[in-house]
Amino acid sequence: MTVRVFVPADSSALAVGAGEVALAIAAQAAARGSAIELVRNGSRGLSWLEPLVEVATPAGRVAYGPVTVADVPGLLDAGFLAGADHPLALGLTDEIPYLKKQERLTFARVGVTDPLSLADYTAHGGFAGLRVALSLTPGEIVAAVTESGLRGRGGAAFPAGIKWQTVLAAAGDEKYVVCNADEGDSGTFSDRLLLEGDPFCLIEGMLIAGLAVGARKGYIYLRSEYPHAWKTLNAAILRAREAGLLGDDVLGSGRAFDIEARLGGGAYICGEETALLESIEGRRGQVRAKPPLPAIKGLFGKPTVINNLITLASVPIILARGAAFYRDYGMGRSRGTLPFQLAGNVLCGGLVEKAFGLTLDELLNDFGGGTASGRPIRAVQVGGPLGAYVPAQDFDLPLDYEAFAARGAMLGHGGLVVFDDTVDMGRMARFAMEFCAAESCGKCTPCRIGSTRGVEVIDRILAGEDHGTNLPLLEDLCTLMIDGSLCAMGGMTPYPVLSALKHFPADFGLADK
Amino acid sequence: MTRSELLHRLIAAHPPRQDSLLPILHSIQDELGWVPPEATEPLARALNLSRAEVHGVISFYPHLRSVQPGRHVLQLCRAEACQARGSAALEAHVRARLGIGFHETSADGVISLEPVYCLGNCACGPSLRVGDEIVGRVDASRFDALLVALQEDLA
Ligand SMILES: Cc1cc2nc3c(=O)[nH]c(=O)nc-3n(C[C@H](O)[C@H](O)[C@H](O)COP(=O)(O)O)c2cc1C
Ligand code: SF4
Ligand code: FES
Repeated sequence: MTVRVFVPADSSALAVGAGEVALAIAAQAAARGSAIELVRNGSRGLSWLEPLVEVATPAGRVAYGPVTVADVPGLLDAGFLAGADHPLALGLTDEIPYLKKQERLTFARVGVTDPLSLADYTAHGGFAGLRVALSLTPGEIVAAVTESGLRGRGGAAFPAGIKWQTVLAAAGDEKYVVCNADEGDSGTFSDRLLLEGDPFCLIEGMLIAGLAVGARKGYIYLRSEYPHAWKTLNAAILRAREAGLLGDDVLGSGRAFDIEARLGGGAYICGEETALLESIEGRRGQVRAKPPLPAIKGLFGKPTVINNLITLASVPIILARGAAFYRDYGMGRSRGTLPFQLAGNVLCGGLVEKAFGLTLDELLNDFGGGTASGRPIRAVQVGGPLGAYVPAQDFDLPLDYEAFAARGAMLGHGGLVVFDDTVDMGRMARFAMEFCAAESCGKCTPCRIGSTRGVEVIDRILAGEDHGTNLPLLEDLCTLMIDGSLCAMGGMTPYPVLSALKHFPADFGLADK
Repeated sequence: MTRSELLHRLIAAHPPRQDSLLPILHSIQDELGWVPPEATEPLARALNLSRAEVHGVISFYPHLRSVQPGRHVLQLCRAEACQARGSAALEAHVRARLGIGFHETSADGVISLEPVYCLGNCACGPSLRVGDEIVGRVDASRFDALLVALQEDLA
């Protein structure tokens, strides 16, 4: 009997040896005469256990990890192909608490299926949303997205349905759907995990968006730092075309939709939606002034839906299960789930898809298990390099857009970077300014020049020079950047800086407040 | 095929529109490892752009190299999540081992060192990238082993 063995081909798994482990399992199983079928799945998102190898047994999939090449002979000796016990055995995958406690809606298939198998995709609920959408009018599709409460997952949390309605109502028969897969924030990897683990889900979401707003063409803008995702994405688009999902006659519906993938150039600012559009058009990634909104005058001057990858990939389940099903998850105005990403100095790093509303403490400690170093958590940066540093006394915060905003922080794309008590927050504040100086698109002075001045002022403060002059100077500079920048790059870089200063004054050579 | 023929073939493989610029530049860098200065003029002509526009795009995107790199390009992640896992110490080790800083190439021409801001491997850092491979949980000894492998790989 052929046993199915799963070894992820996800970047993070490959980065810690999954490729070599897959080769070793295949070769050694063959040498022992054991018939196996090796499936290269996506990652389950239990990153600290990667490479996580699974074996299909009559009782369900059994997990082992983290597996190294050196472990493979012992695993085979122990009978892991039958799901036998072993020091690396983790039991049934679905029963691992980290996974079991999650609410996987958008990530339901990631790690479960073969990412490039359309048969697998369909067998696990794929295209159910598209089929519903094909039976609805554009207005009805938009209404479902609006009623679901889905808000943009790229950072600004703007209601997706309202954006789609604007594009639907805009005049013109040429419109575009653009997927923002630039995922530049440190500490975030959910876009990548979904793209490498379930690319057809994004394609389905974009198809639905196309039907909703009347677009026949979609673009996916992927960052160049994701070479594996780039390969998976292009392979998935080819297969979708061959299967008639993309092209002139989507699933025989008479509707046309095709997708082109574009690769970025390593510029953080190209995640900002108008800079991204400039980049697709073949120019430097410089931010455009708004209005006009991209929904009215976007790609090539046409009405354009531009959404984050996770926003789009959350649409199929909303259509398949209904707006109310999705809206029933969450709290307040934050509806549905967010795939949180636990990163940095955390014991159990990975992807946690949960309904909004659990607390930071639950996420960091119940899921994350505290720091990897075993030392106390001192600060967490939430929402990427433009997000505030949150100190331990604020870990009671519920993960909700409004609750975070009320304390001067933001959820953003859901990434959490954990730091232990050895972190020097003065250096992190300096880094925030340094990053802004490196990545500024250069269009406005407060961002371009202000960030360089910011590095210099922080250096003087850290060197203990004239705090009476330099501290007010830093605060003035931050106010200028917040008030005078065209986009959030310059406008929000002050948040990590000021939060570090406020909560960790000792790291700047100041007495605790 | 001469380099000039190669450039023309790569340019001709895309529609002659401005939005082909970045895809063509990627294809050139994929073939050659960098974008040589003689690419500017035929690109500008084919896409009906000024040479300044083409140059402006090449210089804007950090991924695009206008200087020929060493045999392997090694990108070290400098972003926050990797810092939380000790990437600053790793960076110091790498600089010392290679005897170079960012945007420099080792004397033997084997390694060019570049900074990168996040490789999406933030739960398994510190991270680096060599060519199209990502390497995670990198510490000094894992780096040293990788370096030996790269130095021995004469492909
Ligand atoms: C500096 C900057 C960087 C950004 N980077 C990203 C990014 O990498 N991915 C993303 O989806 N949105 C990013 N955004 C937000 C986008 O501008 C935009 O809000 C988003 O693509 C809209 O999609 P959504 O409504 O689905 O979130 C960034 C914004 C700024 C100001
Ligand atoms: S704030 Fe900075 S990145 Fe944004 S438009 Fe101005 S210069 Fe460009
Ligand atoms: S911060 Fe280094 S991989 Fe994301």
